Amino acid sequence: MAQEPKKTPLYDTHVKNGGRIVDFGGWALPVQFTGIKEEHNACRTKAALWDVSNMGELLVQGKEALDLLQMLLVNDVSKLYPGKLIYSPMCYPHGGIVDDLLVMCLAEDKYWLIVNGANIQKDVEWIRPLVRFFNGTVMEDISDTIAQLALQGPNSVEILKKLTAYPVEDIRYYHGAQDVDVAGISCVVTRTGYTGEDGFELYCQADKGPELYEAVVEAGQDHGLVLAGLGARDTLRFEASMSLYGNELDENHTPLEAGLGRTVAFDKGTFFIGAKALMEQREKGLETKLVGIEMVGKGVPRNGYKVFDETGEKEIGYVTTGTYAPYLEKYLAMAYVQVDYSRRGTGLTIDIRGRKVPAKVVRMPFYRREVKKK
Amino acid sequence: MNYPEDLKYTKEHEWVKVENGKARVGITAYAQDQLGDVVFVELPEVGTEVKAGAMFGTVESVKAVSDVYAPVSGTIVEVNEALNDAPELVNEEPYEGGWMIVIEMSDPAELDNLMDSADYQKMVEEGGE
Repeated sequence: MAQEPKKTPLYDTHVKNGGRIVDFGGWALPVQFTGIKEEHNACRTKAALWDVSNMGELLVQGKEALDLLQMLLVNDVSKLYPGKLIYSPMCYPHGGIVDDLLVMCLAEDKYWLIVNGANIQKDVEWIRPLVRFFNGTVMEDISDTIAQLALQGPNSVEILKKLTAYPVEDIRYYHGAQDVDVAGISCVVTRTGYTGEDGFELYCQADKGPELYEAVVEAGQDHGLVLAGLGARDTLRFEASMSLYGNELDENHTPLEAGLGRTVAFDKGTFFIGAKALMEQREKGLETKLVGIEMVGKGVPRNGYKVFDETGEKEIGYVTTGTYAPYLEKYLAMAYVQVDYSRRGTGLTIDIRGRKVPAKVVRMPFYRREVKKK
Repeated sequence: MNYPEDLKYTKEHEWVKVENGKARVGITAYAQDQLGDVVFVELPEVGTEVKAGAMFGTVESVKAVSDVYAPVSGTIVEVNEALNDAPELVNEEPYEGGWMIVIEMSDPAELDNLMDSADYQKMVEEGGE
């Protein structure tokens, strides 16, 4: 594990911009520039820009590419058409999660899997042995050839419009366009994100990453755009109650336990890995479940803290992510708890360094942006 | 970074200001910068006895939890209640509004074990912990 962290194509840019570099899952990336709270709230109210080139891209291509993906993923990839994306967990036979990812359909027989940076190797090793059972189909890890930026926040459309003639405002949520000229650089542009805000993710050739980044920064100057790091990326996704692999999602929990039942397409008509275990779990009912928790007493819930019942006597679960939510200004947590304690309003306690502090189950997502009607 | 000359410092990045024989304690500008946005400060009650080098409270930022240690021994005679509602004072005014406790010292000679401004600055700039 003591390997040198990998650098993204934007590494030198981050250092120059004063980013505080940390080792995040094997990647040297900025945790913050000006401060997590400021970056977080700028994304909620204006715009923020991230380098997310640590994310992996696996190209799956060939005449049976769809069949391969239908087997690998629990969601229904047959619903895709060129330019459409879908989110899906990828499960083990026992229903635990290998990774969670986005699938983008580039052409009828050509897909990108956009996977977590820390899981690229594991995913490749999981998928590779299965590829040969699908005629004329290949999988290639193209992660190192691609830079990815995330431009998020209500001003994202205005900023991106300044850099391209393409009508990016017409790209619908979970859709994307290919070969879009952004500041003279050919990009894949998708209307996706991990913040709970409107925004885009931009993919370009790795060596063009710094140039694209600088162009977006300049275009955003008059629109309140801030440079943001991993700290705010985590608090934003947390506040919007989006799961993170390694925290909420892992091989010990199924998509059903994680509240991702809507992504499990039991009715898609083809076999997928994990189907049997997930179907059994659905029939038997869940024993543990991911819930949202708000502190009632004083204290900050943190990842890994134990959750007890209201009396503090019985241990019933643990916190997967917990911190101060900067926009909502609340101390919140996501936690796996026994299903009997998962109803909204249920009183709980959290063991904060030996002190049992009162808390309660609340609705997720904690934060949902107001969508303006056209 | 700023290192006021009228303060004494610990290796763990607390500062002490001696006022009328009492020690006012907080964390340094460097410490708050390393922590990032402070969102919660947990402090003991007035009357609590503390020992030099022992933990007396915790400071939590968005990302991290950090213990705070007493620079000198004695009895806590004041606690900064303002930090309950405005923990960000630790970031904004580490040497003023962000103070944490005041200790009635039991052994003022312990102050001699602390660093002066120049030594502390040297430690920080040489990349001490």
